[in-house]
Formats: sequence, C-alpha cells, structure tokens
Amino acid sequence: MTPQADIPGWAALLTAIFVMLGASLTLVGSLGLLRLRRFYDRVHAPTLGTTLGIGSVLIASMIYFSVLQQRPVIHEILITVFVTLTTPITLMVLVRAALFRDEAAAIMPEANQTKVVREREADEPEAGPDGASPRP
Amino acid sequence: MSAQILHWSLVAAQLMITLAMACAAFRMFRGPRAQDRVLGLDTLYVSGMILLLLFGIQSGRTLYFEAALIIGLLGFVGTMALAKFLMRGEVIE
Repeated sequence: MTPQADIPGWAALLTAIFVMLGASLTLVGSLGLLRLRRFYDRVHAPTLGTTLGIGSVLIASMIYFSVLQQRPVIHEILITVFVTLTTPITLMVLVRAALFRDEAAAIMPEANQTKVVREREADEPEAGPDGASPRP
Repeated sequence: MSAQILHWSLVAAQLMITLAMACAAFRMFRGPRAQDRVLGLDTLYVSGMILLLLFGIQSGRTLYFEAALIIGLLGFVGTMALAKFLMRGEVIE
C-alpha cells in the first residue's frame, strides 16, 4: 500500500534524518518569530529557519524520489534556487519598509501609518514658505 | 523496520510543521504592527510549501511538487507587493 516499503533501508533512514532536520529547523525559526521581542530581531529567525528547513526537506525529497523511481530526480533544485534567491530579497525589502515606517513614526509621532503621511502630502502639495515638508 | 522509521518521522515532521504554521498564524493575526503580519504571512506560506513536500514524500507522488512550486512563486509576489505597499502606500504607481 504505502510506497515506503519499496525502498532500501539506507535511503529510508537518510530521508527520515533530513525530513526531521528540516522540520526541526522550520519549527525553531517559527518559534523565534513567536518569541523574540523586537521586529528587527524577529525578522531574522524565520528567514534563516525556513531557508535551511526547506533545503533539508528538498534534499530528502531528492533522495527519496531518486531511489523510488530508480533514476536521478533533481527537479527540486528549482525550488531550492528560487527560495534561496527570494528569501533575502524579501527580508531586505521588508526591513527597508519597516525602517521607513519607524523613521516616519519618529519624526511625526502621531502618524503611525504611512497612509497618514501620504494623505497629508496630498493635502499640502507644496511645502510651506518655511520649507517644512511632512516627509522625512 | 526502516520503512516504519520513515513513516513515523514523516508524521512527526508534519506535526512540527503544523506547529510552526500555528506560530506564524499567531504572529500574523496578533502582530503588533503591519510588518509583523507580513513576516508572519511569509513564514506561513513557506511552511505550507514544506508541508506539501512532506505530503509528496508520504504519498510517493510528484504531483505535490508543482503545487509547492506555485505556492513559492505566488507567495513571493504577494510578499513583495505587501512590502511595497508598506513602503510607498500603493502597489502600482
């Protein structure tokens, strides 16, 4: 019934080890997302954890399907390359957005939202004669 | 014996990934600020990708791989759009 009975023991053990490693790393990353206090601490934990976790699970999948189908199955490299490329880009863009929002909130403490800044800018298209601009 | 080990490690890994998705969903719903919610959504879809790959290993089919690939592609686009919205106030200028 289950296809796990068809593959040799060493492949099953290697797959089990990599699957457990990947799941543990992902769980550690998500617990870091839950437990750390500041946003700039929190943003590191899930990116590192999920990248390493999905790498391990993809290695396990490559080993398992290569042994099961008795030919090299390496199309999981697509997801590996994609996740490895996109996770740092996501991190960088999100932290830049957070920095921008923090700066806007520090300059104008009553404006916690970027939307408020944009609305004020729309209300006052030109800066006043003293050159006071609402944007930092 | 080793097939039993693989089976139970897959079950345990699925439980751990489910717990990780619960942590990410908590951060997405209760995040103090908007960037925490976006980060929770990012972690949630990557965990969903891992869960689909584990289903694929468990069932022995390669069908789940395409679903995981599509989740990865669309999730990246969604996170980039949300981050750009937080930065600029609009997505398409």
